[in-house]
Amino acid sequence: MEQAALDNLVLDNREAGLFRVHRSAFTEPRIMALEQRRVFEQCWLYAGHTSEIPQPGDFRSRRVAGRPVILVHGSDGVIRVLLNTCTHRGAQVCRESCGNAKTFQCFYHAWTFNNQGELVGVPGEDAYSAAFDRAALGLASPPRVEIYRDFIFISFNPDIEGLVDYLAGAKEYLDLVCDQSEAGMEIVTGTQAYSMRANWKLLVENSMDGYHARTTHQRYFEFLVETGVDASIMRRRRGGVGKSLGNGHAVIQSEPAFGRPIARWTPSFGEEKRGELEAIYQQMVERFGAEWAYQMTQTSRNLLIFPNLIINDIMAITVRTFFPVAPDYIEINAWALAPKDESAENRALRLDNFLTFLGPGGFATPDDVEALESCQQGFANREVEWSDISRGMKRAQPLVDDELQMRAFWRQWHALMRGSQRAAVPVHQAVAD
Amino acid sequence: MAALIHDITRTQVEDFLYEEAALLDEWRLQEWLDLLTEDATYEVPSTDTPDGDARTTLFIIADNIERIRSRVHQLLGKSAWAENPPSRTRRLISNVRIREVEGDTIRVTANFAVYRMRFELVDTYVGRYEYTLVFRNGVLKIRQRRAILDLEALRPHGKVSIIL
Repeated sequence: MEQAALDNLVLDNREAGLFRVHRSAFTEPRIMALEQRRVFEQCWLYAGHTSEIPQPGDFRSRRVAGRPVILVHGSDGVIRVLLNTCTHRGAQVCRESCGNAKTFQCFYHAWTFNNQGELVGVPGEDAYSAAFDRAALGLASPPRVEIYRDFIFISFNPDIEGLVDYLAGAKEYLDLVCDQSEAGMEIVTGTQAYSMRANWKLLVENSMDGYHARTTHQRYFEFLVETGVDASIMRRRRGGVGKSLGNGHAVIQSEPAFGRPIARWTPSFGEEKRGELEAIYQQMVERFGAEWAYQMTQTSRNLLIFPNLIINDIMAITVRTFFPVAPDYIEINAWALAPKDESAENRALRLDNFLTFLGPGGFATPDDVEALESCQQGFANREVEWSDISRGMKRAQPLVDDELQMRAFWRQWHALMRGSQRAAVPVHQAVAD
Repeated sequence: MAALIHDITRTQVEDFLYEEAALLDEWRLQEWLDLLTEDATYEVPSTDTPDGDARTTLFIIADNIERIRSRVHQLLGKSAWAENPPSRTRRLISNVRIREVEGDTIRVTANFAVYRMRFELVDTYVGRYEYTLVFRNGVLKIRQRRAILDLEALRPHGKVSIIL
């Protein structure tokens, strides 16, 4: 694409307080092709969680950035990410979605790899010359793999900074999630595998959009009132802020109207739960101090780790990632994250609370899908060229229902798409508009 | 209708399921609620855990009776945007089998294809039902209703905004 066209995809006028995104960013196949190279292949990408493969030999296969990969816990105890393609002629060596295996054998010619990726079996190996180097033909890995607090990330950019540096200000918000259990957090069995006939960046925006809640999710708030939540709580302005966290990461955080299974009681949990949750809150205060415990248990947060990992720690915790298949179609996988050591009763309560709002059968997500698909349909009107993301731009501290967090995403996206070196943006520079 | 649960025939169960399907396809959801017991549940497991337990596994839908009533109320209201305007649906139910009769309950399985038409797109939900029906005063009622999808993912459907 022409540089001028790329330069003009985002209009960011800080002086006037106007921010606009050209709608071709959501519709143009050439932009999607460029995103693959300049965004998805340049950044750290979430691939999975160590709790999904707890035992040696455990594996899960999935697609990340269009690549079929295998997350595998080797017999040597090391967690690896392997590219799921036989080094011989290309077939996928793992064709199960999950399981436990010592080896992966390609069904095409029976080359066999152990669960550490090494090539350990080649039928008729004596037919190969001396130059044939079996040791070099193990299953490949992405150039970079790092794990932060059980979250496994990969990068196809060999020169990217370390994961912790990349996470910048988002690390603290990930810690607020991971600190919720001394035993660690785990992905609950069961994947919400769904899709949207919409551009992936619409879901980025929507996943941390405090402005749409009252309208798009009106029925959820009516449901909350049915369950005994005081309606006046929802009419009060709940405070809350939107923040840019550096490197395109962003968060919105507020005190919610709903309950949080970690330690924020709500009537639907039942009176008998009240004391228990207050006691957990007190334990957190003792362990972490009042401020961190308050943030962790009493506030909810919608966190974006650029470009496409959403961790929404709201009425439950969902980990959501998605990749474009076409400019107007994405595949989404979402999971529930929970404390490993929570009681069976509290786990059931958490999952129940999750489903009130989240997921393709919840009382909210279907309406988000509807809204984003409706936006995508609307973009067919090419005469209307711009989407507006200016809300709260002149406020010193943008609020939870402003759009600073989206601008943070778009600014990073735009810098990458224009071909800037993916230089880290210092957090202190990234915070303001 | 039979007087005793042991006298119930498959044809009677089929008639019941067909009547239920008609109520859902015609959006007569208040009448559909009348088919449920006071402790009814409605579940749709995630596509990778068809045999899961909603207390330990992330589902797509796991409604108790209050949640079912709220879902119906929402669907009949204005702000369930994914179904406003409402979709057209058509349910084909077959392979109905009585699997077990015990006490006043009868366990039934059936296959389904639910077509959802909206904005000129068709999404097809394919799977099987597991029902626990109870026989009260000569009338069948639904105590448990589980729609288990054969789809490997909700793609390209993206959602379960209707009652499957």
